Amino acid sequence: MDKVLAGPAMKQSLVSRRRFLIGAAGTSVLFGFPRPGFTAADPASTSPAALFEPTIWYRVDPSGIVTVSIIRAEMGQHVGTALARIVADELEADWDKVRLDYVDTDPKWGLMLTGASWSVWQTFMPFSQAGAAGRIALIEEGAKLLNVDKEACNARNGAVSTGDRSITYGDIVARGSLKRTFTADQLKAMPIKKPADRRLIGHDTKAIDIPAKTNGAARYGIDAEVDDMVYARPKIPPTRYGSKVVSIDDSAAKSVKGYIKSIALDDPSDTVPGWVMVLADSFFAADRAADKVKVEWIPGDAVNVSEQDLQDHGAKLIADPSGGSLLVDDPGVEAAFAAAKSTLERTYTTSSALQFQLEPVNALAFEKNGIFEIHTGNQWQSLMLPVLARALAVGEDKVIMRTYLLGGGFGRRLNGDYAVPAALATKAIGKPVKMVCTRADDTLFGSFRSPSIQTLRMAFGEGGKVTAMEHHAAAGWPTQVVMPSFMPKGVNNVPFDQFSIWGADHWYNVGAQRVRALSNDLANRAFRPGYLRSVGSGWTNWAVESFMDEAAHAAGIDPVAFRLRLLDGAGRNAGTAPDSVGGARRQAAVVKRAAEKGGWGSTMPKDTGLGMATTFGQERTMPTWSACVARVRVDRGHGNVILEKLTLVVDAGTIVHPDGALAQVEGAALWGASLALHEGSEFVKGRVKDTNLDTYTPLRMGDVPEMDIEFLPSTEVPTGLGEPATTVVGPAIGNAIFAAVGARLRHLPIRPDAVLRALNTKR
Amino acid sequence: MTTFKLNHGPVSVNVDEDTPLLWVIRDKIGLKGTKFGCGIGMCGACTVHIDGRAVRSCITPLRAVADATVTTIEGLDPNGQHPLQKAWIETQAPQCGYCQSGQIMQAATLLKDFPDPTDKDIDAVMGGSLCRCMAYIRIRRAIKLAAAEMRGAHG
Repeated sequence: MDKVLAGPAMKQSLVSRRRFLIGAAGTSVLFGFPRPGFTAADPASTSPAALFEPTIWYRVDPSGIVTVSIIRAEMGQHVGTALARIVADELEADWDKVRLDYVDTDPKWGLMLTGASWSVWQTFMPFSQAGAAGRIALIEEGAKLLNVDKEACNARNGAVSTGDRSITYGDIVARGSLKRTFTADQLKAMPIKKPADRRLIGHDTKAIDIPAKTNGAARYGIDAEVDDMVYARPKIPPTRYGSKVVSIDDSAAKSVKGYIKSIALDDPSDTVPGWVMVLADSFFAADRAADKVKVEWIPGDAVNVSEQDLQDHGAKLIADPSGGSLLVDDPGVEAAFAAAKSTLERTYTTSSALQFQLEPVNALAFEKNGIFEIHTGNQWQSLMLPVLARALAVGEDKVIMRTYLLGGGFGRRLNGDYAVPAALATKAIGKPVKMVCTRADDTLFGSFRSPSIQTLRMAFGEGGKVTAMEHHAAAGWPTQVVMPSFMPKGVNNVPFDQFSIWGADHWYNVGAQRVRALSNDLANRAFRPGYLRSVGSGWTNWAVESFMDEAAHAAGIDPVAFRLRLLDGAGRNAGTAPDSVGGARRQAAVVKRAAEKGGWGSTMPKDTGLGMATTFGQERTMPTWSACVARVRVDRGHGNVILEKLTLVVDAGTIVHPDGALAQVEGAALWGASLALHEGSEFVKGRVKDTNLDTYTPLRMGDVPEMDIEFLPSTEVPTGLGEPATTVVGPAIGNAIFAAVGARLRHLPIRPDAVLRALNTKR
Repeated sequence: MTTFKLNHGPVSVNVDEDTPLLWVIRDKIGLKGTKFGCGIGMCGACTVHIDGRAVRSCITPLRAVADATVTTIEGLDPNGQHPLQKAWIETQAPQCGYCQSGQIMQAATLLKDFPDPTDKDIDAVMGGSLCRCMAYIRIRRAIKLAAAEMRGAHG
């Protein structure tokens, strides 16, 4: 698979993989199957023959209810609401009659992946065009029923009208005969509304998923139940890979009432090597028994690996110029450095960091009529289905993943490895198994953000002009571990994990540029590197934006002016239609606006400073132009950093659900602050050090700064919002600390002792 | 056999009295609104009321609630229309929602103690409730909105 998968072609695949048929299609597959447990949304059991189902993406029933199929995980982004608004706007549906169906896995849905802030961006055109097609068909049929020409009709609010007569969509479905057919090509060419004509997109609404989250009714994976299930808690082996069970001693566990037995898992997929499952008739009994079961393992090699080993290995990879994948490799880099008036080189690092999604990973698995059902919240079902099939030694058509709300995703649930042990256990004992990890189990079985190390170099010519820049980044590569075929190739034909380098390929014009991504193979062997909110862009931009600040100071230029000079939108940074129209000039616009709002250049109180950072969010093919001004006060005595205010300005193109978009930026920005000042762990002898909130300390209510968030108005393509704000806050804080007290921090998280050290060794 | 009042009705359960109240509520009684987050009383997702006070049910053994009154999110208001619940919707506070039962239960006792809470009161009382989505701005706003409604109703 090549790079295009993440680009516009992937968006098209949503429509092109199935011919679009207008008609009262029989869709019994969607209805009537038994749903043990609770799923995220139970579809109404309407007789399929009575439905208007113009595409697989939505259906209209005779009462006018429009049910939109949502293949994306609902994990706090209110994605169902945003996507349904897109369909409903073009369909001219009555919003009060729109319902969501968070669907289970089925090959017809194509790629099921919720991540990289792609959902709205990828879905906008196909859902708009599907909605428009449905509206055309309903108008045609409605006109027939009203005995008028279709040109005399219009559709609005779930009804087709002519003059003072109208017929509801429900009545058209009930009484009409909807036979209009559209080909995939016709759909692709289907015009959509002008922005000014939109009635739902860009207008606020209450998110559909929220009320159930205020009264205890919302159902998450951990709430799934089925009759006769047994509970399991795992014994997590000492290393993620290569651990072998030598012996299990459960003599002490036998005193626990409800304890059943402990089993070592045999895993053909090698997802959970060395796992032992402790089974009982309640979770509490399994939990208590697991504490008493003693397992002896031969650990894997990672037992000899710790955080510093990983970083030393990364540094060694960077020092060897021959390795890695080159995303950008302009001619003239060496010549520019040789001819430079001055150069700057800096190295930035980040620690291991945990997703710590609040719902610990869990799964309910059972076999029914030859099909293995997996009930769990998941962000990338298409990744896990083949793995589950391999683990269970059955065909992929014998495994189905049922959909639930996610008690946080943040990338942890992109890696659905936690479904495998439940599946293996149910196969082994022939009964439904519900596995729940304790918080410590969850963390030890983690798929956390790899530590990273990056070295950046810049060459300056006359007058501080930037003539060349290099960026070398080494970290564990999640994509290489879970799905190497997903990785694009660099200009030197070497594959790279896009989610471990994007961000370094920035929109600044810096002369001759080189960007090199290096896979930290020691990290890949020692643990399973994971995706964490904003993935690589969460740390590549820590380096890029801290370095830009350092470079500006080295050149004696104001950091905002320095950035604006480089964001000229020339050459490859001009942007391309449709996704990055305007290019770097849009990034310059958010920088200017954030500087203006954030009080850039104003006099600050003692030990207080402003820092700027700007990014394009996640990836060049889907830029969300973001800028942040952080205001911090530094306590010189203790090294504490008090984050006083964040000013964020974002251009994400068209904003579909404004209040939901704002919530995403609020949360993402605070994630950036938390990762910068409050989080961070350490890999110690094969395991992550912090396993619970006693030592892992994410930001809390009292740490929230004043926040000012603005979206620049735009009618361009809607881009992602779940993660971009995370990428700007850390470097903005680091740069603000420098502005406040002259201490330069080059490691995340920023700890008070590091601030004190930097204060004592200013340079 | 342990007997207590749950959401205004009596319940009796026959499990080990060491069992944390959380698992009794979730898996024996079947009320799933109370959530498991950290298991050490530090995230607040499992917060319920015992005799009107907010406690962490994951570290409260069943024996501690014998003859007491336990209220969960399902019992906070018979129609799910407690001023806090309405305010949570009005401000669109929940994101993933997993912590919100606990947040609301904690906030309910906050408002009993501080009918007109300052930001400092909110920081102090809500500091034990982790929202991993970091919806804190809206949670704070919702608490103030609900407080205003409750003061109005009582004033």
